[in-house]
Amino acid sequence: MKLDLRLPIGLMFTIFGVMLTLYGLASDPAIYARSLGININLWWGLVLLVFGLVMLGFALRAQRGPKSNDTHSTSTP
Amino acid sequence: MQQIHLSAIDYAILGVYFAFVLGIGWALRRFVKSSEDFFLSGRSIPAWIAGLAFISANLGAQEVIGMGASGAKYGMMTSHFYWLGAIPAMVFVGIFMMPFYYGSRARSVPEYLKLRFDEKTRGFNAITFAVMTVFSSGISMYALAKLLELILGWSFHTSVILSAAIVLAYIFLGGLTSAIYNEVLQFFLIVMGFLPLVLLGLKDVGGWDGLTAKLSTVATNAGYAPGAWSSSWRHLDSASANPMGVEWFGLVMGLGFVLSFGYWCTDFLVVQRAMAADSMTAARRTPLLAAIPKMLFPALVILPGMIAIAMHGTGGGLLPVESDGTPNYNLAVPVMLGHYLPSGLLGLGLTALMASFMSGMAGNVTAFNAVWTYDIYQSHIRPGQSDQHYLRMGQVATVFGILLSVVAAYAATRFNNILDMLQLVFAFVNAPLFATFLLGMFWRRTTGHGAFYGLLIGTAAAAVHHGLVLPHGATPGLKGAFFGTVLHTYPSEMAQNFWTAIFAWSACFVATIAISLATRRNKSDDELKGLVYALTPRLTDHEIVWYKRPATLAVLVLGLTLVLNVIFW
Repeated sequence: MKLDLRLPIGLMFTIFGVMLTLYGLASDPAIYARSLGININLWWGLVLLVFGLVMLGFALRAQRGPKSNDTHSTSTP
Repeated sequence: MQQIHLSAIDYAILGVYFAFVLGIGWALRRFVKSSEDFFLSGRSIPAWIAGLAFISANLGAQEVIGMGASGAKYGMMTSHFYWLGAIPAMVFVGIFMMPFYYGSRARSVPEYLKLRFDEKTRGFNAITFAVMTVFSSGISMYALAKLLELILGWSFHTSVILSAAIVLAYIFLGGLTSAIYNEVLQFFLIVMGFLPLVLLGLKDVGGWDGLTAKLSTVATNAGYAPGAWSSSWRHLDSASANPMGVEWFGLVMGLGFVLSFGYWCTDFLVVQRAMAADSMTAARRTPLLAAIPKMLFPALVILPGMIAIAMHGTGGGLLPVESDGTPNYNLAVPVMLGHYLPSGLLGLGLTALMASFMSGMAGNVTAFNAVWTYDIYQSHIRPGQSDQHYLRMGQVATVFGILLSVVAAYAATRFNNILDMLQLVFAFVNAPLFATFLLGMFWRRTTGHGAFYGLLIGTAAAAVHHGLVLPHGATPGLKGAFFGTVLHTYPSEMAQNFWTAIFAWSACFVATIAISLATRRNKSDDELKGLVYALTPRLTDHEIVWYKRPATLAVLVLGLTLVLNVIFW
């Protein structure tokens, strides 16, 4: 494969996760009236962060580890 | 309606997404060396990526907005577009048709028709398909720009130019690979952007039980049985018992068989993703892997619509109301986004919405440039050029394909009827197509003349049927009965469409057989090797671990779909 797709996916969701988590911590609690009083930015930000980091982890492991049985590892065509 | 206000964080999320979309195109540009790289990703895509792109390319505007709208309008019966109208066909294309598509090394669906039948059948399919993709992409752009104008107050021109420029840039740079990678990115974004909306909405209405209770009020107020909005099969004995206005036979045959198989098994837009897979097994697993998230999509796209109508119908007054008193179903999903999501997550939800529009557009554009270059330009205009010539042609086709889409988007703002008419014509052309492929792949006696004239007769049958019937409450014209007489009145437009498809398919099927028997075969058994079931060596999957075999996946997918149908019966 040309470019491990898990890399950009992981990177993008990690950035979204950090952005939303920080915004959730800093924002005025009044804006969460519409989300039923739940600080959804904080919680969903953490979910995205975990998802992003897991994707990144897979991508990095495939890049570093041996390519033996991993069909998704990066290689030049 | 009240406009949604975006803050800096929402724009920042949108900006990050655009940067990644363009970045992927930029990173992939150096891998595009031949036309096969540009149009078929060099046949190097692993099954899971091809599978996610397979459903994401189909996850365009009509799906997120349209299925949400249908969820509000018809309730749980909308799930038939997934569990009946998609999964069985996806399993069929993976198990039975992919061996011929991938095995024949055809580079497009029209090219398969050329190999199996003749040039005229290919030409007919290629030209109608190319025109259709350009208009679909234009309609996608139009719908996005209209929606953003309405809910955000953005100017129509800005939205059209921005979305066109971004899609153009990443396809021009990286070809199909870029489109596929971005479709997978968009898939995750759509899931992650809509899931919090569904969770908040469900919590608000009191879970599934609370939702069914509220929906029974909606159903009884509309004059149906209390469960009409929350069950998928129970109210299908007669067309008057459900809001969709269809009965089970028309639904199963029209949607579940003709329309569904016609789309998933013959539409190059989706088949192209599987053709780009890195092996035969991967190509066969592509639609099967795609079926797993596909069967869960109703929760993501239909449920918000159902929640919206439940809130609206029980005193919430959530949806904007048209002048005749019916709610504006098309705004169900955007209104829900604005209702539940605070700044921050709102940006993510809107980004997901835009991503869905762009993946639909990009899917159409990549299918267009391949069909244009291989099936029209290379075979009719300039044959025998170097591969580099066709690669450049593909890039040029991407540019003018998108320019034509922009023209179509602007045409839609002025001549709404012309686009409605075109969509109607495409529906006529598409309805019989599956009969041609079914006979072509499984009956070696099918001839080129049989296929071509069968298709024409099927298309004509669709037009004639549509011209003689009318949905309840419609005036003769585009909606039907354009021949002046009304032979039959269907309870709904949906029922009319299903029956048009059934008639078209049957006419094509019978005509193709009759004409094939009356004409001489134009391909010998030898030429049909790898193109027809009886003349192709059986694939053996014994070297693959049993749980990775396409057949195992197929059984699993069909079993799960059956369970879902029973649960929501």
